[in-house]
Amino acid sequence: MNKPLRRIAIFCGVLILALIVRTNWLQYGQADELNAKKQNLRIGIERYAHERGNIIVDGNPITGSVVSDSTYYKYKRTWKDGPMWAPVTGYSSQVFDATQLEKLNDSILTGNDDRLFFDRTLSMFTGTKKQGGNVVTTLNADAQKAAFKGLGDKKGAAVALDPKTGAILALASTPSYDPSSFAGNTDTDSKNYKKLLDDKSQPMLNRALRQTYPPGSAFKVVTAAAALENGLYSNIDSPTDSPLPWKLPLSTQDLPNEGPLPCKNASLRLALQVSCNTVFGKIGADLGEDKMRAEAEKFGFNSEQFTPTRAYASVFSKNMDGAQTALSSIGQFNTAATPLQMAMVASAVANDGTLMKPYMVDRLTAPNLDTVAKTEPQKMSEPMSKEHAQMIQQMMETVVEKGTGTMAKIPGATVGGKTGTAQNGINNSGNPYAWFISYAKTAQGSPVAVAVVVEDSNATREHISGGGLAAPIAKAMMQAVINSEK
Amino acid sequence: MSVVTNTTTIGAIEAPSRRNTELMLVAFAVFISVFAYANVGLAMNGSLPSGMLGYGTGLTLLAGVGHLVVRKFARYADPLLLPLATLLNGIGLALIWRLDQSPRLIRQSKALYHSFSPDAPKQLLYSALGVALFVAVLVLLKDHRVLQRYTYISMVVALVLLIAPMFFPSVYGAKIWIRIGSFSIQPGEFAKIIIAVFFSGYLMVKRDALALASRRFMGLYLPRGRDLGPILALWALSILILVFETDLGTSLLFFGLFVVMLYVATERTSWIVFGLLMSAVGAVTVATFEPHVQDRVTAWMDPFSCYATDPSGACRQISEAAMSFGAGGTLGTGLGQGNSDLIGFAANADFILSTAGEELGLAGMMAILLVYGLIVERGIRTSLAARDPFGKLLAVGLSSAFGIQVFVVAGGVMGLIPLTGMTMPFMAYGGSSVLANWALIGILIRISDTARRPAPAPAPSPDAEMTQVVRP
Repeated sequence: MNKPLRRIAIFCGVLILALIVRTNWLQYGQADELNAKKQNLRIGIERYAHERGNIIVDGNPITGSVVSDSTYYKYKRTWKDGPMWAPVTGYSSQVFDATQLEKLNDSILTGNDDRLFFDRTLSMFTGTKKQGGNVVTTLNADAQKAAFKGLGDKKGAAVALDPKTGAILALASTPSYDPSSFAGNTDTDSKNYKKLLDDKSQPMLNRALRQTYPPGSAFKVVTAAAALENGLYSNIDSPTDSPLPWKLPLSTQDLPNEGPLPCKNASLRLALQVSCNTVFGKIGADLGEDKMRAEAEKFGFNSEQFTPTRAYASVFSKNMDGAQTALSSIGQFNTAATPLQMAMVASAVANDGTLMKPYMVDRLTAPNLDTVAKTEPQKMSEPMSKEHAQMIQQMMETVVEKGTGTMAKIPGATVGGKTGTAQNGINNSGNPYAWFISYAKTAQGSPVAVAVVVEDSNATREHISGGGLAAPIAKAMMQAVINSEK
Repeated sequence: MSVVTNTTTIGAIEAPSRRNTELMLVAFAVFISVFAYANVGLAMNGSLPSGMLGYGTGLTLLAGVGHLVVRKFARYADPLLLPLATLLNGIGLALIWRLDQSPRLIRQSKALYHSFSPDAPKQLLYSALGVALFVAVLVLLKDHRVLQRYTYISMVVALVLLIAPMFFPSVYGAKIWIRIGSFSIQPGEFAKIIIAVFFSGYLMVKRDALALASRRFMGLYLPRGRDLGPILALWALSILILVFETDLGTSLLFFGLFVVMLYVATERTSWIVFGLLMSAVGAVTVATFEPHVQDRVTAWMDPFSCYATDPSGACRQISEAAMSFGAGGTLGTGLGQGNSDLIGFAANADFILSTAGEELGLAGMMAILLVYGLIVERGIRTSLAARDPFGKLLAVGLSSAFGIQVFVVAGGVMGLIPLTGMTMPFMAYGGSSVLANWALIGILIRISDTARRPAPAPAPSPDAEMTQVVRP
């Protein structure tokens, strides 16, 4: 009977071998794929298995971790001033995944990042508990507070940039939400999350980065830059060739101004000061769509921005006729911009024509605060020459000195700005959007450029204007930055 | 009582008994298990577990008693079987204890039964009973050939054991339990030993008839009907088990056992063809109308696609098991640091292997599978060495049943074949399984002792006299 016995021995050996091959395949070959399955709760469990690292503003953490009573997740995320910081931090929920910095820097915050390998190895030997690294932001807590308080119960967003580096100093969006309200995995958390999703005022929408609005007259800064860059006009104080009334090209309609403004052959400076539609509409029509779009794209239109959170692309349309180009050049028709985009416009002007790439993570650190990665300021483009930038600065400063933006004046600093009151809805049926973009300058140069949009407020229609609603918020933000510079 | 001198000195005349080798290996197995237990405690609570002493002493006692009994009653036995079984049992205990501490499983148990009681102490008790059974086998069964006498009795007992669960309510979709009050056993585990006994006895008598008195038909040897009767009966029975008890694992196990033993007894390859054909027919027929089996097959094909929807929970379990293995990777997360408890129900029974996979990693899994492989191969080695056909058949039957069970369970958990409800021998939580497998090892050790005993009975030695005195 020994021959079949030997064969049986081989057969049993083959069975075991098959199991060994299979376990190799599962644990070595397929491991990565299995670990990435969306059904795999381990991803979430691991995210909250240790105290997460923190997101840091001005040296203080704006996040925290508490022990959660869940049997799945050991820790729960908490936020200080959650609603104020939510557009920056995003949320990190045990059940509903995470967004923004919480998600993008998850591997650093959980401490699993390869860049923390040395740190992890070290703590394995010293026996310290595993900890997450930190994300140090570029934000300025005072500016953020000013923006969030200024927006108050109005719907809108505000962005402040450092023109010299592109560092984001404030990023506010209202109405906001408290990420703490659904960080856990209880029924209350689910209910809160669902309520936020169903809320008509969209509190979870990051209006500063993910919502585009027609920029209205605020876009005239871009049009002015296009006029100077393309040599259409070279002096901001000599009269332009602008008839009044001015008919839209190939149309029977006149382009109206907001009231009886002195726009006939007005200089560029005067036209921006009183916000002439006719002057800037005609510049757009004269330059044509291609040149206008080229200039807008130098400012960042038509491309997504990564701060590192992704911001939607602002729009300057293609394939428009003359009338549409004219309307687009005063920030109407299809033109739409995120608040971030308009802050970039203001910062390029303030930085003498150089646009820096916006970013909000200054550096990533290991748990022991050693820097593992640092963001170096990067030049994004040169939308205008230094000379032209300074001309536009003069024009914008006139706007604040004696034009539509007087509400933004700051004693002891030079402020340049531009208001915008953009039509909204079909035949202007909705409440207009009130815009204000500006920058402030001190003896040391320009520390801040700001864009504010107020989408909706309790003010009646006649009282909605960029100068009235948005400029005070911008002023408060700029002042906060200037004060903290001192 | 000159036993001591005989065992410590390996003379030139006698074959070496290898008892000291066994002692060292047993000590090693106990050490590894206690180390694993300490590791779990350190990882989960940051301190050495309080039950460490109890667990260590318990396991040492069990292994020590096992070893002493082998030394006394089966001194020529294979030195590997006992240490390997001890190692698996010990590691299994550590893993069960680890799962006992899972807050998720505790909460789940409280939600389902309004109470939670740890399984590790019970498993330690079952292990003690298992070793007691092992001792009983070695002490009472002086010669395995005695079992031959019970060929037909064992057939009846096996039939009763297998059919009985049909009259008890199904538990988690399979009728594999006999439940009397709070006491329950899984008769399939014992039936595999008893059926192996029956087959060995039956085939030893009939093997010539089955091998030779047959007609050739299309290249196959077809045996006579009267020889085939009991075999067909068993085939029908395994199908019945599948249908009425929806127990895929047990029917697969019996079928495999049956084909292997027929093949060994008759030395005719046609039996394999025959057996495979019959099992294929049976399996396909049943699979076409049995929803429980169909669920398992669906879950096997692509567990993730039916993760959220399947009613039986099989998809979820298999997906979770696969993710456990994936999470373990090459070196594992370390004992107590994985999340294999996400599998939930049966994590410490049928699915204990995925805890091993996640926490000990690929390295640990290979080691465990090799330990199982070694047990099987030592069993077949015993069969090769056995001098009587009954012993040969019984040894190969028991070891291949063991091997097939390992393959079926591990293959099911790892998604190699459809999942079946059976326990991983020695490691999984469960009284019947531990008891039956210790008995199985006991019988194998008894056969190997007989096989390795020096062929010409040595001149009357004090040893032999003593055994004769004790013989009933």
